[in-house]
Amino acid sequence: MSQQTVVAEPPAAKAPKRPGGSKLMADGRPRSVFAIVMMTLLCILWTVPTLGLLVTSFRTREEAATSGWWSALAHPFESVWTTANYKGVFTGTADMGAGFLNSILVAIPATILPIMFAAFAAYAFTFMDFPGKDILFIVIVGVMVVPIQVAFSPLLDILGPEGLGISGEYIAVWLLHTGFGMPLAIYTLRNYMTTLPKTVIESAKIDGASHFQTFWKLIVPMSVPALAAFAILQFIWVWNDLLIAKLFLSQDNTTIIVKLQQLLGTQGQGAELLTAGAFVSMLLPLLVFFTLQRFFVRGLTSGAVKG
Amino acid sequence: MTSDTQTQEGAPPRESPPEPPETGGDEFNPEQHSDIGRLLIGLVGMVVTGWLLCNVFLAFAYYPEWFFDSKILIGVLALIAGVGGAYLLFMFINMFVEGMPGRLSRAVMPYAYVLPALAAITLMLIYPTLQTINYSFANADSTEYVGFDNYTEIFGSDEFRQSIFNNVLWLLIVPAVTVAVGVIVAVLADKLSQRGEKFGKAVIFTPMAISFVGASAIWGLIYAYNDPGATQTGLLNAIWVALGGDPVTWLNTSTFRLNSLLMMVILIWLQVGFAMILLSSAIKGVPEETLEAARIDGANELQIFWRVVIPQIMGTIITVFITVVIMVLKVFDIVYVLTNGNFKSNVIANLFFNKLFADNQAGQASAIVVVLLIAVTPVLVWQVRHFRAEEAAR
Repeated sequence: MSQQTVVAEPPAAKAPKRPGGSKLMADGRPRSVFAIVMMTLLCILWTVPTLGLLVTSFRTREEAATSGWWSALAHPFESVWTTANYKGVFTGTADMGAGFLNSILVAIPATILPIMFAAFAAYAFTFMDFPGKDILFIVIVGVMVVPIQVAFSPLLDILGPEGLGISGEYIAVWLLHTGFGMPLAIYTLRNYMTTLPKTVIESAKIDGASHFQTFWKLIVPMSVPALAAFAILQFIWVWNDLLIAKLFLSQDNTTIIVKLQQLLGTQGQGAELLTAGAFVSMLLPLLVFFTLQRFFVRGLTSGAVKG
Repeated sequence: MTSDTQTQEGAPPRESPPEPPETGGDEFNPEQHSDIGRLLIGLVGMVVTGWLLCNVFLAFAYYPEWFFDSKILIGVLALIAGVGGAYLLFMFINMFVEGMPGRLSRAVMPYAYVLPALAAITLMLIYPTLQTINYSFANADSTEYVGFDNYTEIFGSDEFRQSIFNNVLWLLIVPAVTVAVGVIVAVLADKLSQRGEKFGKAVIFTPMAISFVGASAIWGLIYAYNDPGATQTGLLNAIWVALGGDPVTWLNTSTFRLNSLLMMVILIWLQVGFAMILLSSAIKGVPEETLEAARIDGANELQIFWRVVIPQIMGTIITVFITVVIMVLKVFDIVYVLTNGNFKSNVIANLFFNKLFADNQAGQASAIVVVLLIAVTPVLVWQVRHFRAEEAAR
């Protein structure tokens, strides 16, 4: 991990270089009131929308329709609070519980499979020489930009009833996410692998290790930051995807995001479920994001994009 | 790496694939003979694994009752079969190639590693793209060629020209604003204490985990409308009315493309965090000496920012900009969910969706995405050039 291209300079190191200013922070840099005020404002601006959703999700439909959520927050004891929306989301037509399960069943294989295929390819692109290597990689770089909509109509033919007949099932969506995620996965992983020291590979070769062994025992463990970063990105991407799930999953198998989109169309009866449903749909990606953010940021700033 | 003597090929333990006999002695014995055993096992293993995988997955689709109709069971089995199967497949391919005579083996090996991934890309992206271009010259159900009819049709329609116009607006505004706000946040965060920086970044970054649909739900609340006189429950209207205005149906207002602008706000809100993370690490990578030198020359902080910091992070700025451009070109979810393209807010991706599924016009829908494809071509060319330049610098 010492191969990161962009190395964050620890603030402490800057300390002696930025003297002056009467009020200093713990690390010795001057305290910037302007930065504090502006950042606080931005943070409020960035949180308020989500806060509104969260507060509204605990209000009854009548309450939510007659007063703003901020007034309920200002007078918490005069307002009616309820968890009925959350109960309602898991029962009845909304059926977010099934959607939640479907999302998990879609997202986990659709995360692992492309990474596995991509890691092998990235290994070959980094540590092996073969004719056509440059052209193939440039094709991958180019394909990254192609909008996936371009592929839908033919893929519906291939996977649909006249083709394989698996459209509507999980596997169709796994295949699609594997294909669509592949170019970026290969690109990201290769970029990371090129930062690994070549000498390690060379000495493994001299020790008689095959490529397969070198890959599993050396490269995969060393690439964990990049693998984790891409895994998080792909998981969140698959979880949050609307288009592919909507087109290629049957109503029984559909994901929580599609269920939420269907709720969004609801007016009147059931509209109060929307806020709770939206929050439920956000829970897992937020959790993944927060617990693994460190990996994600490190991977993003080292492998994915070179400074 | 175990170095015990070569076990019989019969049943290789799953965890540790058998030691290859050749690779170790490459230098001494370049003209090896093929290893028929490995070749055979590899080949049979490949075929059997592939056949089994196909059948297991088709069984999930066709006969869910075999698995007691249990989604959890199917999911877990699929996970094991998919991941384990992919591992086994690679193992057998590897074994097969290693079984080849030394020189051939070394020549074929890279392709064996690259092939599965390339096959997926070809099948899921390259072939469909070519087929779509093909369909764009065919009629509504792709049964007969109609020449350029679809293109004349879409370019003649107001809806399409409006979508192009809106897409251009999105392109002009969203990437630039996202990068600008990202830079501002990154610079401000850099001036905070360590803890403040961490917290502030986390707050701005969080929306990245939220789906477009979820974000639309969140901002739908803000843009909500109640009749005049009633209490406004949407934050924007509440503020607007408090300032003395009449409540506005924000998302239905196409004057100055207000509804499109408000939807752009959502995308910007989602993406600034991503921009900020990359830009922040670029800013921290700017050598302190260059800043110091500028200070000694008497430059103020603003001049330092524009003349020293910005030029040094230009590479990252462009990368982030292009990433957002690619995302904006195919923006769909937000528009689909909030206005479905009504009130003059349509974009190409949404128009495509409705042409293909609501109107059943496969030909015109294909023509629309081909236009989108042509629109991304400059980005594609840039991307490839950028990549080449980066490789050359390596």
